[in-house]
Amino acid sequence: MLSVRVIPCLDVAGGRVVKGTRFVDLVDAGDPAELAERYAGEGADEIVFLDISAAPEGRATLRDIVERTARRAFVPLTVGGGVRTPSEMRDVLRAGADKVSLNTAAVAAPDLVRRCARRFGSQAVVVAIDARRIGRPPGEPAAWEVVVKGGREATGIDAVTWAEQAVGLGAGELLVTSIDRDGTQQGYDTALLRAITDRVPVPVVASGGAAGPPDFVTAVVEGHASAVLAASIFHHRRHSIASVKAAMAAAGIPIRPVPEVAP
Amino acid sequence: MTRIAVVDYGAGNLVSIDQALRVAGADVVLARAEADLGGADGLVVPGVGAARPAMDRLRRRGLVEPIRRWIAADRPFLGICLGMQLLFDGSDEDGALTLGVLPGRTVRLVDAPRLPHIGWNAVRRRRPHALFADVATDAPFYFVHSYAPVPAGPASADVALAVTDHGADFVSAVACGRLAGVQFHPERSGRDGLVVLANFVSLATRATG
Repeated sequence: MLSVRVIPCLDVAGGRVVKGTRFVDLVDAGDPAELAERYAGEGADEIVFLDISAAPEGRATLRDIVERTARRAFVPLTVGGGVRTPSEMRDVLRAGADKVSLNTAAVAAPDLVRRCARRFGSQAVVVAIDARRIGRPPGEPAAWEVVVKGGREATGIDAVTWAEQAVGLGAGELLVTSIDRDGTQQGYDTALLRAITDRVPVPVVASGGAAGPPDFVTAVVEGHASAVLAASIFHHRRHSIASVKAAMAAAGIPIRPVPEVAP
Repeated sequence: MTRIAVVDYGAGNLVSIDQALRVAGADVVLARAEADLGGADGLVVPGVGAARPAMDRLRRRGLVEPIRRWIAADRPFLGICLGMQLLFDGSDEDGALTLGVLPGRTVRLVDAPRLPHIGWNAVRRRRPHALFADVATDAPFYFVHSYAPVPAGPASADVALAVTDHGADFVSAVACGRLAGVQFHPERSGRDGLVVLANFVSLATRATG
């Protein structure tokens, strides 16, 4: 049976891992390749690098980080942030990434998803959706809109509609981040997850708001997420990948056991 | 030192397989043309994505017949993911005709709860094989695919080395003589993946030694 993946996310800027609520209060948290290798050793099922600087001059730095990581950590690598063309995606894959996540550029030009999927296969194309709850009259069902540029710009596009469209264009996976919850430690937005997982046939990765092991369980049991992603709670060492997996296993969720730690 | 040729025929990630084979003790050469196979003890065909563009690229690089001859000579061969699917007659994914060295077709996974099948899943062996020496019988490996081959013909039960469950069982490893194929990615499967690749390097060493 397929295990539910536990994925640490490393926000990268200027060649270093930074932590903080996305884009604000950034603190240097170390070398990305080193941190990725440590997480892999602790049982991470996949590593996500998110290039939050996404400046053109940072591209070579990011490729260097990806290659150094791929030569040290033998777990899957997903890289996101600033990829705007199939040839930029090719460069990131050739550096050692298995999947590339598209966000702002895909919202601006959805055909990018189709072109990347045709060229590299759907399994390599993740569409990252940053979603924010929109105010609804009492009694109306909840709704979310897509936000881009790291949550700074609203688009007016319905997040569930965009999720379905992205999958139709060839996205093999969706990375769904609740911008309302991101960095707040109030738990994942499980209603958002469920609204999307009920409508698409591909795996959905839950992101944004995890505070502790019970939140991961809820994202899977109620949100039907295929994978759970978190950043700060792992970087701050508040919770380990092992403790998250232990809670998931106790709830009957299939997980990959963490490797035995050498004394 | 045992030399492993890794066929480079696309735009995918070759860093991981290159590094994983080096860690496993091999000398690795990326093969872009037939000449690159000279001196190799083992051949690895990796790959993700669709069959037709992969076959087109192999053809353009003049590698289709050399790969067929390599396998016909029962030399050590490992196909990974798409590289395993290409061994069969054809793929339902895009209707491509593939290498046809094993009878059967590559089909979409049936009864899968979600596709692509992405993540770690148990590879349950049906019989012992040197490729899996020192690996627990149902150890998890990393998968990322929507299609898998269905071996056909009188020897199909012998060809299927392992199965994995994603809604229904599919064949996740095949072996026949010195030919092997795995649907998962050993280069992305942690320690057990490195063990599988080291076992392949040992098979290649013994075959030539």
